[in-house]
Formats: sequence, C-alpha cells, structure tokens
Amino acid sequence: MTAIDTGQHQRSADEGLAGDVKIDVRNLSIGYAGKSALRNVSLEIREHEIFGIIGPANSGKTSFLRALNRMDEFTESMTVDGAIRFNGRDVREWRNAYALRRRIGVVFPLPVGLPMSIYDNVALAPRLSGIRKKQQLDDIVERCLSRAALWDEVRDRLGSLGSLLSGGQQQRLTIARALSQDPELLLLDEFSIAVDPVTTMRIEDVLKELRREITIVLVTNLVQQARRLASRTAFFLMGECVEVNDTEAMFTGTVKDPRTREYVEGRFG
Amino acid sequence: MFEATELNFRDNRVEWAVKALFLLMTLLLILPVLLILGVLLYRGGPVLSWEFLFTQPTNGMTAGGVLPALVGTIWLVVVALLASVPIGVAAAIYLSEYAPQNALTRAINLAIINLAGVPSIVHALFGVGAFVYFFRFGTSILAASLTLAIMTLPVVIVSTLESLRAVPHAFREACWNMGATRWQTIWRVVLPNSISGILTGVILEVSRTAGETAPIMFTGAAMFMPLLPRSVFDQTMALSLHLYTISMNVPDVPEALPYGVALVLIGLILSMNAISIGFRTVLRSRRKW
Repeated sequence: MTAIDTGQHQRSADEGLAGDVKIDVRNLSIGYAGKSALRNVSLEIREHEIFGIIGPANSGKTSFLRALNRMDEFTESMTVDGAIRFNGRDVREWRNAYALRRRIGVVFPLPVGLPMSIYDNVALAPRLSGIRKKQQLDDIVERCLSRAALWDEVRDRLGSLGSLLSGGQQQRLTIARALSQDPELLLLDEFSIAVDPVTTMRIEDVLKELRREITIVLVTNLVQQARRLASRTAFFLMGECVEVNDTEAMFTGTVKDPRTREYVEGRFG
Repeated sequence: MFEATELNFRDNRVEWAVKALFLLMTLLLILPVLLILGVLLYRGGPVLSWEFLFTQPTNGMTAGGVLPALVGTIWLVVVALLASVPIGVAAAIYLSEYAPQNALTRAINLAIINLAGVPSIVHALFGVGAFVYFFRFGTSILAASLTLAIMTLPVVIVSTLESLRAVPHAFREACWNMGATRWQTIWRVVLPNSISGILTGVILEVSRTAGETAPIMFTGAAMFMPLLPRSVFDQTMALSLHLYTISMNVPDVPEALPYGVALVLIGLILSMNAISIGFRTVLRSRRKW
C-alpha cells in the first residue's frame, strides 16, 4: 500500500493486523507495602497493535508495565494480584522468568547506557541467548542501531563507552538494546522524555514499522503521542483504569467516561 | 545599593571561624602521623640498609637483619589474602545481589559489622582452638594466616558490599529485563564495574593485618627461626612479633634496632597500599559511567 499514511489508512491497516489477544489482564491490582497503586484493572492487548496508556503522574502506568514481565520481583515491597496472560499463559506460571523477560523488551524514561562499549550494549542480549558468531552479532548490532535511529551517529565509534553518549543517544541505545532481544512485546515507558523532538519523530516512525512484527505497549505523558501511534488507548487515573477505547474515539468520538475527554483535551492532569 | 550589613559581616566571621576550626582538627590529625614517621626515620633510619633487609638476625637477635621476619610477614599476609578474598567477596555478593532484603539479612549485616569489633586476642584464641588443634595444622603459617583471614573477613565483606552497592541499580534492572539471570548480571555488569573498588578495599584491609601480633603469636609465629619458611605448614618469624620480642624480651638490643624493624614494617604496609592504589588506578582508567 503506497497511499499517504493518513490516520484513516492507519486504522484500516490496524484492522488487518491486530489479531489474537497477546496480553490478557484480569483483575490486576498492584500495591507497594500495602499502599495500593493500581486497582482491579482488566484489559486486553492484541497482537500487532500499539497499545497506548495515558494518564497523569501516579496513576499506576509504570506499575502496570512492571507487572507485565514480572519486574515486581525486583522490588521487595511490590505485590501483584490478579492474572496476566501472555500468549494465553499466565506469566506467573512461567517457571523460567528469564525466558519470559527475554521475549519482552523494556525501555524506561531514563536512559541506561550500560558502562560497556556501544557494540557490547547491543550485543549483550544476543550473547546472553548464546549467539557467538561475530558476523551474526555484527548484523544484529547494525540492524538494531539503525532501527533505533542511532547507527549513523555511532557507526565509526562502536567501541566507545555507551555510558558516555548524550542522554538522547543513550535512550536510543536503550531502545536498540531492547530490540536486540528480538522481543515479541515491547514495553515503552515515556521513552521520549530524554529525546529531542526530531529524534522522537524518527523513533515513532520506527515504532509504526515495528508493529508489523511485534506488539507494543506505549506508556506516555504526551497525549498527542498516543494519538499519533496507538490504535487503542487506556486512560489510567489514580490507580484505576477509567476506560479503554479506540484512540481516535477518545479524541473525537464517544468517550465512555467524561473524565477521559477532559484529560485528553488538557483540562486537568 | 548592595551594602554589606552587620549580618553579612557576622556570617562572614562565622564562616571564617568554622573553616579555621576544621583546618585545625585536620592538622591535629596529621601531626601524630608525621611525628611517628619522623621519630622512626630519625632513630631507625641509620640502621636501614640492604644488608639489614636481606640477612638474618645474629648474636641472639641483637645484631644482623630482619630477612626471616620480613619474608614471614609477606607469607602470612599473602596466604591470609588468598583465604579471605574468595570467601569475603562471595559472601558480599550473596548479601548484596541475592539475599532478600528482610530482617534476617539486616541482622546478618549488623552481625558482620559487630564482628569487626572483636578484639584480635579473641581471634587468636579461636585460631588456636580451631586451626592449631581441631584442624591439626599445628603452629604454622596456615593456622596463623587463617586466623588473620577470619579476623579481616568482616571488613573485607563490608568494603566489598560498599563497592557492589556503588553500581547503580538501574544497570542491574536493565540487564535483568533483557532476560539475564542474576549471575549473568553480576558477571557481565556488576563485577566489571566494582572490581577496582573491591580489590583496593580488600588489599588495604588485609595488608593492615601485617602489623597484627596477637593473632599470630600463638598460631604460627616464632620468636626466633633463622630459616626461611618452605611451605605453609612451617612456622615463621614475623616483623610484628620480632619487634615485640626485641623490644621486650631480649636484653642488650641496640637502641636503634627496634626503630629499624618498625620502619621496615611500616614500609611494607605502605608498599602494599601503594600496590592496591596502583591496581585501582589501572582498573579505573578502563571504564566509567
């Protein structure tokens, strides 16, 4: 399809792509040391969609992401109740949490360039999964860095420290690293906070490409970013999921809850 | 328009007084160190020579050099290092990277810190009971070094813990999120970024034990033993005990001799510190976030 990428085409493409349920969340509640962060959330994320999550600070968006790949195990006080099914199987039932996390790429708001070379940053995940051949690693590194819109800037200094890149470059390195896992699911938590607007646009284009291959969950503070990227969006507010709707409906169509419209139009939050 | 007020002047005077006070305290701290070094150099300096370092004591330890004691102390410290580094570092890695942060772990941490306060003579008696008799190592370098190692383990663990905790948690999470196991994360991310701190701390702590006397005098150090040790099962002389012996138990020792021995002991510890700082400089130059 060579037509101009209008919203209309975008959505008809969505209908063609989005298919089976990738993640099925039922009655998810999250707390930190008894203090509730998220209450009774149920929603579905479909394969090959970009699923947006918007909402003001402290609404439980990040906690939701952390529960998806069992990151709660890294935080002693964090408790998760309810069921999360990934490919139809409860994530708690994966006896090997490492295999689960290998399929799920994560990008956090603050970039984390590991203190090793740029090449090693991106080659780490493939190496962990047992890839040793230089040629194969080279290909992965180049492909992932290109996709994260970083290749051209670092191609002639792959040996220098990843942690010495600028903030925006480190964030793209983090995205490249997440892609290097060859994930089925990509969790992005406000990825564009440390990235300049031009680069953000380039990454957004990459994400639109990627959804042909993988499923993306995009947590964002930028309502317009959700509008540009997400086919469906959830609105979280103070630990509750107010509504899940087609993104365009949230902005122009019928909302299920008036607070959603107020938020997306910037009247609070 | 911007005139200094009475209050500004007062702030200024307080600032000056506080700074002067702290400078004074720092000088007071340095003074004894300089005095000790000065006296040692002044009184023991003339004794120092290559011959002093590389010959044995003669005439009932009233003349000659310190070679067996110097070599013995190096043996003791190196064997103690070999014993305490693997155990201490492994324990610290467990406590920092694996142990759940609950009351039990906190209690263990507290216990370790308190262990560091156990007097060395108590460790000495433990060493006699455990290593000399129970494990039948006899009075030997092995028994003495293990006693030293037990004594330094708490500080080794604490200093290693500090180095491990200096590695940002975000690095670990980033690695875990890629599906790395705890050990893969430790091996590829945590250790490469803390190894310089670990080594420096460990070498500093253990070389400090070169000066310990109590833990080794019952477990492996001999007052007079002109032959150099051939294995860890031999007894040996040690600088610290030698200094004690010639100062307290041997009549007619020339006045300068104990100062010379003390100078050698301090020189040895300082060179070990220098080695560990060299280590750190080399390792630090190869990284950083």
